[in-house]
Amino acid sequence: MRYLPLTDKDRIEMFETIGIKDIDDLFSNIQKKVDINPDLKLPNHMTEIEVEKNLSGLAGKNLHANNSAFFLGGGSYNHHIPSSVDHIIQRSEFLTSYTPYQPEISQGTLQYLFEFQTQVSLLTGMDVSNASMYDGSTSTAEAVSMAKRITKKNRVVLSSSIHPHYAQTIKTVSGISDEDLSYKGDILENLMDIESQIDEDTACVVVQNPDFFGSCHDLSYLSEFIHKKGALLIVVVTEIFSLGVMKSPGDMGADIVACEGQSLGNSLNFGGPYVGLLSTRKKYLRQLPGRIVGESEDVDGRKGFVLTLSAREQHIRREKATSNICTNSGLCSLAFTIHLTLLGELGFKKLSLLNHEFTCDFHDMVSRLPGFEVVSKSFYNEFTLKLPINADDFLDSMSKKGILAGIPIKRLLPENKNFDNYIIVACTEMNSKDDFDKYVNSAKEITS
Amino acid sequence: MSDTYFTKDHEWIKIENNIGIVGITKYASEQLGDIVFVELPEKGSQAEKGKDVAVVESVKAASEIYSPVSGIIIDANENLNEAPEVVNEDPSGAGWFYKIEITNSEEISDLMSEQEYLELTGD
Amino acid sequence: MNEKGENKGLDHDEPLLFDIGDLDKSGVDIQNPKNKKNLLGESFENRNIGLPGLSEPESIRHYVRLSRKNYSIDAGLYPLGSCTMKHNPRLNEKLARLDGFAKVHPLQPSSTCQGALELIYEISYWLKELTGMEAVTMVPKAGAQGELCGMLAIKQALLSKKQSHKNKVLVPDSAHGTNPATAAFLGFEVITIKSREDGTLDFEDFKKKLDENFAAAMITNPNTCGLFENEIIEISKLIHDAGGYLYCDGANFNALVGKVKPGDLGIDAMHINLHKTFSTPHGGGGPGSGPVVFSELLSDFCPTPAIEKNNETFILHENINEKILSMSFGRLSAFHGQMGMFVRALSYMMSHGADGLRQVSEDAVLNANYIKSSLEDVLTSAYEGYCMHEVLFNDDFLEGTGVETIDFAKALIDEGYHPMTIYFPLVVHGALLVEPTETESKLSIDQFISTIRNLAKKVQEDQDFFKKAPKYTPIRRLDETKAARNPVLRWKKEDVIAAE
Repeated sequence: MRYLPLTDKDRIEMFETIGIKDIDDLFSNIQKKVDINPDLKLPNHMTEIEVEKNLSGLAGKNLHANNSAFFLGGGSYNHHIPSSVDHIIQRSEFLTSYTPYQPEISQGTLQYLFEFQTQVSLLTGMDVSNASMYDGSTSTAEAVSMAKRITKKNRVVLSSSIHPHYAQTIKTVSGISDEDLSYKGDILENLMDIESQIDEDTACVVVQNPDFFGSCHDLSYLSEFIHKKGALLIVVVTEIFSLGVMKSPGDMGADIVACEGQSLGNSLNFGGPYVGLLSTRKKYLRQLPGRIVGESEDVDGRKGFVLTLSAREQHIRREKATSNICTNSGLCSLAFTIHLTLLGELGFKKLSLLNHEFTCDFHDMVSRLPGFEVVSKSFYNEFTLKLPINADDFLDSMSKKGILAGIPIKRLLPENKNFDNYIIVACTEMNSKDDFDKYVNSAKEITS
Repeated sequence: MSDTYFTKDHEWIKIENNIGIVGITKYASEQLGDIVFVELPEKGSQAEKGKDVAVVESVKAASEIYSPVSGIIIDANENLNEAPEVVNEDPSGAGWFYKIEITNSEEISDLMSEQEYLELTGD
Repeated sequence: MNEKGENKGLDHDEPLLFDIGDLDKSGVDIQNPKNKKNLLGESFENRNIGLPGLSEPESIRHYVRLSRKNYSIDAGLYPLGSCTMKHNPRLNEKLARLDGFAKVHPLQPSSTCQGALELIYEISYWLKELTGMEAVTMVPKAGAQGELCGMLAIKQALLSKKQSHKNKVLVPDSAHGTNPATAAFLGFEVITIKSREDGTLDFEDFKKKLDENFAAAMITNPNTCGLFENEIIEISKLIHDAGGYLYCDGANFNALVGKVKPGDLGIDAMHINLHKTFSTPHGGGGPGSGPVVFSELLSDFCPTPAIEKNNETFILHENINEKILSMSFGRLSAFHGQMGMFVRALSYMMSHGADGLRQVSEDAVLNANYIKSSLEDVLTSAYEGYCMHEVLFNDDFLEGTGVETIDFAKALIDEGYHPMTIYFPLVVHGALLVEPTETESKLSIDQFISTIRNLAKKVQEDQDFFKKAPKYTPIRRLDETKAARNPVLRWKKEDVIAAE
């Protein structure tokens, strides 16, 4: 078998060294208790040709961003990834290396993570960031746990316009009881109405910007209010490119920022793996969960990097750990940092504005469709549309024409009966004028 | 006259009149290794005997400090914020953590003497 | 940063991106925006972010030079116990990058991504069949999240039986730190069970600590000492008689895959590390994937989403109000799990098949025992008898030499190896845990054995050699105390200006 180097001759020699006759001698104590060598209802080994045929067959059954007119966002975005990114992350030393616990032979990983941490802090306008989390949703949940530890308070207020999956994740993972959690997913609720839910027992308020429905806000006023109540403001960003044309969350008064970094360097991948970002103010540094890379010196005085502040992590504190996270997103954070390096300030801001402009063009075309109403007053690269017909029917008909036309809000907020006709649409630099024409013409046809 | 007592969690407390000064023992600081950070209690806050009141962090471990007695924190060694290594250098003196006004002097009888503590650590 | 770069042959000193990049440089050509009116509202700002850019050739050079400072499994053996550093097949990389997997959006209508749903269904089947368990969730993002998932299911099960007062979780003292951390995080009270002299769980201590508030036990099998817990079936029976649950940390599944079904051992939940047993790449720290298999006692409590096959159609159930998810404990993260890792792991499973996977565990266990037999006379085994896929040594062999486990490990770096796992598990003094995996050839293992033998001899003669190691790496031992006392976690423009 191509991945197994031992030959039968090798095995026999090794049996001799150990002093056994048969491999099952090494499993003899287990055999006394339970069956070994079970009958498995699985095929035997396959060649590369066979495996490839099998899995390509499954891949071939899917519509995707490269064989459709693509308008999906909702926390996962289709951006162009420069060819060098994928090439570099497949280098052996990045792809197949272990966690950098032995810094002397991991400076490659440690240095790029240090650069990554800096880039994330610059983007979010915060003081410090960690070396990444699993994704935006778990990063947000960790931010909530962090806020509870810092303020020693229990109530958590979630804005009605954060990504519903993120709200559900927070509920499950941050250990908040129903009484202590304030949340109702609803586009029709005004962001400022959230003030009435904040009191002296509130640990944090979680707001997404641009929000799940696409709208953009300046949170400075809200952040003042929140701080007066002794609570922390957690800002969530699901589309990193928005940070190229908007005030940073740090400038808007955020105490902790949790982002989904997938837009840089990482493909849609049907939802994973992605890369979570977590940044905060200097004073909360020691409450930051996950892996963190710090600068140091070696015995010869040379500058180098190490994993640091690990005494907070679970493998040392066991029962008292600040979180239960063990891995960071490794290769996904590498892809993020390479992509951002290739873009630079110039490229990032250009691309950021371009995304918005394309979306504005699409917005203009689609708002002229009879019966279609754009609900979002301000937006970055996605907005909410109210359709003249049922969303599921519309999307189904559009997909039959090769158009992935939007995300039905009720799929993620099924309890809210108001959303049967609402969808969220997104545009990126990958959309073309042809896509827009196709969308508008097909939509007209379907809804006439 | 002041008396120094010990706990099984390797804290010492030097008591004079009704005020105690609390720190960790040499044994504890050696076990922890190089101290990198100390999280001190706030002045004016309440401490409860046996409950965690501070955290001491080294490169390889982080440990809770449990208050030997109940009372009100009247002072904390802010110097440790800049120089946590003082805890390694002088754990019984300059490496003190906090001063506490004892509210229940009966708790003192539950503490160990130096002799008993040395027996515990096998010194 | 040294003023002049210090290159040594093929090893180049590579500055930070912020020292070589430029705000006006970019390695990506982008059409110019028209800069007309925007619809961003009050939050618009033409920010100065401070992101340095590099052209494509400069970027590639920067990252290639960094990469050359890393050790990797492609370059050499990692004897890391508990990590299962096996070869990462390149077919997996090719298939994960097919557009039909990589360019599919998680929120597309199900009718447009049936192939993706089918793949998740297929890998679910393989995992259930290999483990002999009733149900599986593919959702957890990594091993630690898998543990969280398993324990959340147990917590939910107790809640559904109105037994939430049962909050004691028993964890062996040899367990990996994530186990008690996960239990404590969920509000359970963690009680430690002692290990016996022979490295296995103290069954008597376990029985003693079972009381009416017992919720679950978290056991690793094979355990972190590399040994099979022989009394696991008796333990599971006692647990079930007490109305509790048995969680198994599946980090060491490489010793059993295809050979023994964990389901036959009476476990109720087990997380599987796709990045360990199933070869998905470690990527310098991630991403991982930690699916969890469940017995029928816990199968109702799986997190959302779940995939069902109805005739020839695959249905994605996401809504907690749906019947199939009515007892679910909720959602662990956005979307549906680490699809990119599922493709890789399924490619690995299909490549090996049932016969290949059995060979994997056999060769893994064989390689570890071969190392044990070949090094027992110069190192000190923690336990007698055969081990499973990893072998544990203690530091008795270093007694009187002045050399500690950490020094021995650093010296191994100079010999061209990543060190073995050290100081874990905690139950053995100065532990050295060695796991070769099945993808090492006999030649590779013989070379490793020979190197260790030489080092073990040298330890008696030259303490200094070990204390000063490593000497041949781009950077030598770093001051971790300094890094933790005065954390510098990012580059800052102000620091550079102040220094000038």
